[in-house]
Amino acid sequence: MKELIQKAASLLETNVVQVVIGYGKGSADRTRAIFSTTAADCEQLIFDSRCIQNLAVYLTKAEIKKMGKPAIVAPLPVLRSILQLAAENQITDDSLVVLGVSPESELIEFESLAAIETYLATKQIAIEEKYQTTIKAIKAMPVSERFAYWVKELEPCFKCYACRAACPLCYCTRCTVENNQPQWISVASHSLGNLEWHIMRAMHLAGRCTDCEACYNACPMGIPIYLLTKSMLQDVSENFGTYGPSLHRDNTLSSFNPDDKESFIR
Amino acid sequence: MNEFEPKIVAFVCNWCTYAGADLTGTSRIKYAQNVKIIRFPCTGRIDFMLLLKSFGEGADGIIVSGCHPNDCHYTSGNFHARRRWIMFRGLLDMLGIDVRRIQYSWVSAAEGAKWADVVNTTVTAIRELGPYTDYAKVAGYLEKEANV
Amino acid sequence: MQTENHLIRKPSLEKLFNYLIGNGKTIYAPKAKGKLVFFDNVTDFGEVTEDYIVTTNSAKSVVFPRTEKVFSYKKSKESTEIIDAADNTYPDVVLWGSRPCDAAAFIPLNNTFNEDYPDIIFNKRSQKVLVLSFSCSYSDDYCFCTSVNGGPGNTTGSDILFTRLSTGDYLAEVITEKGKLLVTENNSLFEPKPEESKEQNLALIKAYFNQEEIQTKLQNLFENPVWDEKSRACLGCGSCAYVCPVCSCFDIQDEAHGHKGTRLRCWDSCGFGLFTLHTSGHNPRETQGARWRQRILHKFLYMPNKTKVAGCVGCGRCSRSCPADINILDTVTSL
Repeated sequence: MKELIQKAASLLETNVVQVVIGYGKGSADRTRAIFSTTAADCEQLIFDSRCIQNLAVYLTKAEIKKMGKPAIVAPLPVLRSILQLAAENQITDDSLVVLGVSPESELIEFESLAAIETYLATKQIAIEEKYQTTIKAIKAMPVSERFAYWVKELEPCFKCYACRAACPLCYCTRCTVENNQPQWISVASHSLGNLEWHIMRAMHLAGRCTDCEACYNACPMGIPIYLLTKSMLQDVSENFGTYGPSLHRDNTLSSFNPDDKESFIR
Repeated sequence: MNEFEPKIVAFVCNWCTYAGADLTGTSRIKYAQNVKIIRFPCTGRIDFMLLLKSFGEGADGIIVSGCHPNDCHYTSGNFHARRRWIMFRGLLDMLGIDVRRIQYSWVSAAEGAKWADVVNTTVTAIRELGPYTDYAKVAGYLEKEANV
Repeated sequence: MQTENHLIRKPSLEKLFNYLIGNGKTIYAPKAKGKLVFFDNVTDFGEVTEDYIVTTNSAKSVVFPRTEKVFSYKKSKESTEIIDAADNTYPDVVLWGSRPCDAAAFIPLNNTFNEDYPDIIFNKRSQKVLVLSFSCSYSDDYCFCTSVNGGPGNTTGSDILFTRLSTGDYLAEVITEKGKLLVTENNSLFEPKPEESKEQNLALIKAYFNQEEIQTKLQNLFENPVWDEKSRACLGCGSCAYVCPVCSCFDIQDEAHGHKGTRLRCWDSCGFGLFTLHTSGHNPRETQGARWRQRILHKFLYMPNKTKVAGCVGCGRCSRSCPADINILDTVTSL
């Protein structure tokens, strides 16, 4: 931890970066994102298992961009998001300094975004077995029952869009739901509006989602929306092989292979 | 007269399937009248939301059809579409939206007979499945759903 | 009316619940789902949980649902038929297990919906709600009702307030005529008032600030770095507004399907960038800091200026639900 604080402070002192995005003490036993602009501020930086918010979401936020070049405290899920953002040309080597944090809470310095990719190659995204089991169980339900299950699960959704706001990859300045000519998705949070919203969200993350679970952690109503993206992640790996953010491989849905296989087109 | 007549929406590309469907007509091949054709520049342009909207407005089945692989007027629109449909189908299946009600096909401008066959077999299949009530029920929230 | 005090034994509570169900009331009560507790439609007393500080969602949806039909229409060649939702009969709702902060929130909500134009739908729904609240015997770091003229045993807004006593039985304070009617109908369940005092059974909630002082301070704080500082981590979602028992902003949406359609009133939030975006592209509240300022000023300055009642009841829901841990108490106390 001391290493991280020292590094962050020196980056600010030497004016390599103007802000350090990291974790600090929050309300009660929570942690929260803090934005250090002086070496003294960096003393507040902490890192432990409670630091689950995906800080990469701040890299594309106008309010934070205004603060200058950032350094970002990046545990594994944040590193994956950073790489995906880089793959989508949202950040470059020059636009930030990444202060990686290993699962053992040690500071890892990255020379470049490519170095992050090399590091992540040994840490492939894997859907935890408990989720695999849940997804399998849902898919085993008769189709109508499965539909009823999801309508019920999505029923509490009041469309606060916390899932979207917390997702580092939902950086569009104007979302599909906010387009009203035509109105693609009902603004109302009735069953249809909720269903359409969550289908749209999942589809727009297909092949991009890095399984950080920020959407679920943000949802005030505790809806297991990550099951949709996790299920799609499985579909990507089953249908198109390798999966995960990459600087040299195009996104699943913005690329193709003439030999892609399916079984349902006649 | 009470027999169920499926309402089917077909999203087709301008260059292959639409021309193919035209050929079906000029060849005087008869096929089921349940289908409403909507012409798109390319299958790559068919947004998945359009399919949902069709179900929301009461369609019982959907056909999505375009050029065969390697035949796309824009070189790769259908390849992109194919990936999208693979992902979309997986998601719909996870959500319990009946994927048997969506038929994807490649129908070229020369395949008038294949178009008639695709429509006929789809209509038969949907007729067997019956009206699609699950999605329509959700879409009909205004009449039924409590407001809280 | 003069408050009447009674004792109600624990088993009698269930009988009271069943009486309400038997009378066709729709009951909203705290129900656990995983680690969270929600106000939800409950038909079986066994589903009601007592283990919560406040529910995740607020109780406002019983009078201000997240999606409310305003009217619907049907067009034919000959005529257009309009069905006005103001003519509807709304269900008899019992809010069971609300906290004193939840009940108190009905006052500012009512003020908003009756400020210049009495909102018929809101008022019709409100008249049908019976509020049976339960005092708080414990609290957490997010609670601050005592700073905004509330308290763990505050009776404002409730029809009956139950306070759990050390014996496990309850003190029932009957506050309104509506509450009294329920007691009359269930006379056998209510016994003479207990000896034990109410206060010793209430949670201790620290008073962090004085609402009137904050109101005065805020008059000169429109331009202040605190807004940007405290909202820096804000993600711009609407969870704070949607879990808030007082927030009442809405958006009118028309949903048309061929020859029929509906006008809906849907929740909206000042935290969204789109909330104040003009057609021209200009946005008077361009940053999250400006939106956070609006939220605080509206609750602690504009609303009390207009109606004497603040737009915050100190339930702390917004802070608990915030995905970025932005804490309203933290902002207000730092002013």
